[in-house]
Amino acid sequence: MKIHLKIWRQKNQHTKGEMQDYTLTEVDEEMSFLEMLDMLNLELAKKGECPVEFDHDCREGICGQCGVMINGIAHGPLKNTTTCQLHMRSFKDGDTIYIEPFKVKSFPVIRDLKVDRSGLDEIIAAGGYVSVNTGQAPEANSILVSHEEAESAFDAAACIGCGACVATCKNASAALFTGAKIAQFARLPQGKKESAERTLSMVERMEELSFGHCTNTEACQVECPQDISVLTIAEMIYEYNKAKLKK
Amino acid sequence: MAKEIYANIPEGDLKDKWSNYKAQAKLVSPNNRKKMEIIVVGTGLAGASAAASLAEMGYQIKAFCFQDSARRAHSVAAQGGVNAMKNYQNDGDSVYRMFYDTLKGGDFRSREANTYRLAECSASLIDQAVAQGVPFGREYSGYLKNRSFGGVQVSRTFYARGQTGQQLLLGSYQALMRQKENGKVSMYTRHEMLELVVVDGKAKGIIARNLDTGKIERHGAHAVVLATGGFGKIYYLSTLAMGCNASAIWRAHKKGSWMANPSWTQIHPTSLPQSGPYQSKLTLMSESLRNDGRIWVPKAQDDQRPPHEIPEEERDYYLERKYPSFGNLAPRDIASRAAKEQIDAGKGVGALKNAVYLDFKDAIKECGKETIAERYGNLFSMYEKITGINAYKEPMKISPSAHFSMGGLWVDYDLMTNIPGLFAIGEANFSDHGANRLGANSLLQACVDGYYIAPYTLQNYLSDQIQVAKTDVSTEEFYQAEKQALQQLEEFVSCKGNKTSEEFHRELGKILYDKCGLSRSDEGLQEAIKKIQQLREEFKENLLVPGDVEDINSELEKAGRVSDYMELAELMCLDALTREESCGAHFRKEFQTEDGEALRNDEKFSFTSAWEWSGNPQNPILNKEPLTFEFVQPTQRSYK
Amino acid sequence: MALTGLFLSLFLVIHLLGNFQLLLPEEQAKEQYNLYSNLLSNNPIIKLIAYVLYATILLHTIDAINLTIKAKKANGLSYVKDNRNRASKWYARQMMLLGTVVFAFLVIHFKDFWYPYKFGELPMDDNGNKDLYTLVMISFQELWYVILYAVAILGLGFHLLHGFFSAFRSLGVYHPKYNRIIKSVGVAFAVSMSIGYLIIPFYIYFNF
Repeated sequence: MKIHLKIWRQKNQHTKGEMQDYTLTEVDEEMSFLEMLDMLNLELAKKGECPVEFDHDCREGICGQCGVMINGIAHGPLKNTTTCQLHMRSFKDGDTIYIEPFKVKSFPVIRDLKVDRSGLDEIIAAGGYVSVNTGQAPEANSILVSHEEAESAFDAAACIGCGACVATCKNASAALFTGAKIAQFARLPQGKKESAERTLSMVERMEELSFGHCTNTEACQVECPQDISVLTIAEMIYEYNKAKLKK
Repeated sequence: MAKEIYANIPEGDLKDKWSNYKAQAKLVSPNNRKKMEIIVVGTGLAGASAAASLAEMGYQIKAFCFQDSARRAHSVAAQGGVNAMKNYQNDGDSVYRMFYDTLKGGDFRSREANTYRLAECSASLIDQAVAQGVPFGREYSGYLKNRSFGGVQVSRTFYARGQTGQQLLLGSYQALMRQKENGKVSMYTRHEMLELVVVDGKAKGIIARNLDTGKIERHGAHAVVLATGGFGKIYYLSTLAMGCNASAIWRAHKKGSWMANPSWTQIHPTSLPQSGPYQSKLTLMSESLRNDGRIWVPKAQDDQRPPHEIPEEERDYYLERKYPSFGNLAPRDIASRAAKEQIDAGKGVGALKNAVYLDFKDAIKECGKETIAERYGNLFSMYEKITGINAYKEPMKISPSAHFSMGGLWVDYDLMTNIPGLFAIGEANFSDHGANRLGANSLLQACVDGYYIAPYTLQNYLSDQIQVAKTDVSTEEFYQAEKQALQQLEEFVSCKGNKTSEEFHRELGKILYDKCGLSRSDEGLQEAIKKIQQLREEFKENLLVPGDVEDINSELEKAGRVSDYMELAELMCLDALTREESCGAHFRKEFQTEDGEALRNDEKFSFTSAWEWSGNPQNPILNKEPLTFEFVQPTQRSYK
Repeated sequence: MALTGLFLSLFLVIHLLGNFQLLLPEEQAKEQYNLYSNLLSNNPIIKLIAYVLYATILLHTIDAINLTIKAKKANGLSYVKDNRNRASKWYARQMMLLGTVVFAFLVIHFKDFWYPYKFGELPMDDNGNKDLYTLVMISFQELWYVILYAVAILGLGFHLLHGFFSAFRSLGVYHPKYNRIIKSVGVAFAVSMSIGYLIIPFYIYFNF
């Protein structure tokens, strides 16, 4: 397959970026998208040029490190799929593919397609946990969790922290990311106890970090590699309102 | 000179050793703890859990990882589950049985005391994870659910769908973030350790490179913990993440700490086969699939028919045939080797004839598609994403690929290497799995090391360091280490050859997979060593790294890792060559029973090989830690 | 946003019910409608509610502007190629635009009916009430005015199509079952409001 690429190249946060054109002539359709980029980087290196910097690690869709805008869509054309799980069979011979980094204020570009998503870590640090020290735990079966509770908590807990929800949101909101964590714990008896404090603190941190506000366009769930439900956002608001009323 | 080495195993009966240790371990008072710094490299399950636990105790932690967030470490990818002795199923499980299963699974090549401690601490891990909010699978009654896993006859595996590693890691990552918020942990993400700094014989710090700027940094501490995972990526094609590497432990090795059993690599039986030459990694499909899937190949060679056209009587369910009592749940090394046998005999399936079938037809017939979807739904959809094939309708194609390093830095019972103050935990050390790791024991070991062992043993070490001031990073030792690191980076960049490190890595991986992979031989290993030496020479002269040292440069990062692999690969071959027996994942063609099973030699090889760096990768020194079995009589492993 | 939005939705229902009197036979409609208008503008409770209504409109507007500014700030550079819209409905993304249409319409609407009624000189009907009815009838004789009105109502319809369920979400209704119900009710509400408000001008245009 012949593939034309238009890739965002940017030296660092403080310089301007621009699109550059490349062409690959021997792309195999069984290749993953990132292997196609590997191929490009090999060609660039051989010519003595600097390869395109992009984030990736596990390449099996679970670590959440990869993530770029492909033809203007977070993680590319397949719904609920990470960039690394996208294969070139989703494209046709002769296609032009635009590749850009997630362009969100709270994710500054480090280089080319690499962005800094540490804001998401900060939100977790604000309260995304059950405050239990190592060695404090009671016997596991002393806390009963119904099958439904466990399954629905898992649905929310499956988030891989890739940031596609923020990138695809017209408001650049991190509500799905934050809501998923709050919902996970709100659905489990272990997490209920400190739900109020957790929710207030995480939501306020999200605001401080200048993520946008959710307006329920529901785009995030469509691009979320784990298909996390937008209802977790409503659940976050419910927990937030409940916490505010209690105060 | 080679020496006999000992592991400081506490006295007493097997089941009392760890409690005796804890009872006698020295402590550090809370007001002293806050003055002490600990560096933890790696934020996977082992690293994050150790860092969080130590921070909770009051120590100041500096946590390093090369990823952009601690949550991305490769523990995240473990799918199947975590073993623990709870005996919730009342199926005859006990700490002793779990210990014995692990020891036997490892072909009696691990320490009794360490393995027993692993089984002993397993139950509390489940308690801890549940308290943290890890959403393990539940019965409708609300009680925890179990599944069975390869190599054992009880159900002791806890799981969170097919993402158990992710959920456990998030638990420890969140605990780590909580301590970051408390100011007890400083995070250094996108940092790679380049050198270990040893001052007066003790580990006192590291040299790290900030991957975002290319700047070299010095970091001092009272102790250093390496939790940097395994190095199966040395085979290039493996189930590991692209960034997984041996660099931290290899550089520590070159500073004097021993590498134990480096050639023992687990080749996982159920990964997806390679589909082309461009391939960068092989995706693992959880071993738990073997609970319901049946593995087979066509009886005839070169059978071109699609799977559904091959009638039952022309299929060879070779695992069920050869190992009737364990069948498809035979341990990984055996399942992998059996698959390779079939592939080598020309019965492989798929375009490259490099795979075997894993069939769910009977399971779907028996328990319905919905049940199968609930158990493995995410694995089936992952399979479809990668291959474009719907596994509810036709069998999966799987093949063996490099997965887990049983070998690693040598550590004593305290998980401390032979360099005082340098600890290695999780997959980075060698300790608990012997020559083969049982499924779902990896998450367990990482957690147990991090949550339950390191906090005691580090404290025991630190108790006589309270008078020692904070490490001064402006000393000669730091200067030299930094200079050394920088010099190497500059050499890479100034080499200006015409082969990228990735290309070298592929070649190296191929040599290792062919000669030092599923089966090894004297001849093959000798040949591999020669090839590796040649390749290493070529690497020195012909490496191409574009870009600069003091800048973001992913090619430079790779070059450093491949450079370490070039040396480690030779050590792996030497290790495999000198071990003239077959055990677990280490299968020497010369040493097998009549029906092709591993033939151990307990008289001559009941020891751990702890290799010492001599300054030259061709002549490492072999030290031996004898393995004595006081409580268990090693037997011939049989899964028939 | 949600609370003000829902309050305004409630007003829409009441306003529509009142306006349906315009569809009665001419004589009856004229009498009843003018009486109703007079009642509304002189009742102190209704007056109070009216002020709350104006405030709500303002709050809703200010909130919207705030959200838009926030979104603008949170977004980085624009994409060279942007297909993010494939994941959501156009009207969900264009609430500000739709809202602006509705707001602009409100200004016209106030100017044409509310202002003359309150402060202008309107002839009296037979019962001595200001004759708003005739003003409305005359206004909707103009085709361009009917079209303007229709466009605005469609804008309002789409605004409601997203706004109704979104408001409940933003209030924290997260149960999947209730969300399914609310979504359906929201669609029905948006459609019925649009049709309801559209019937009147077209009815007048074609019947008088």
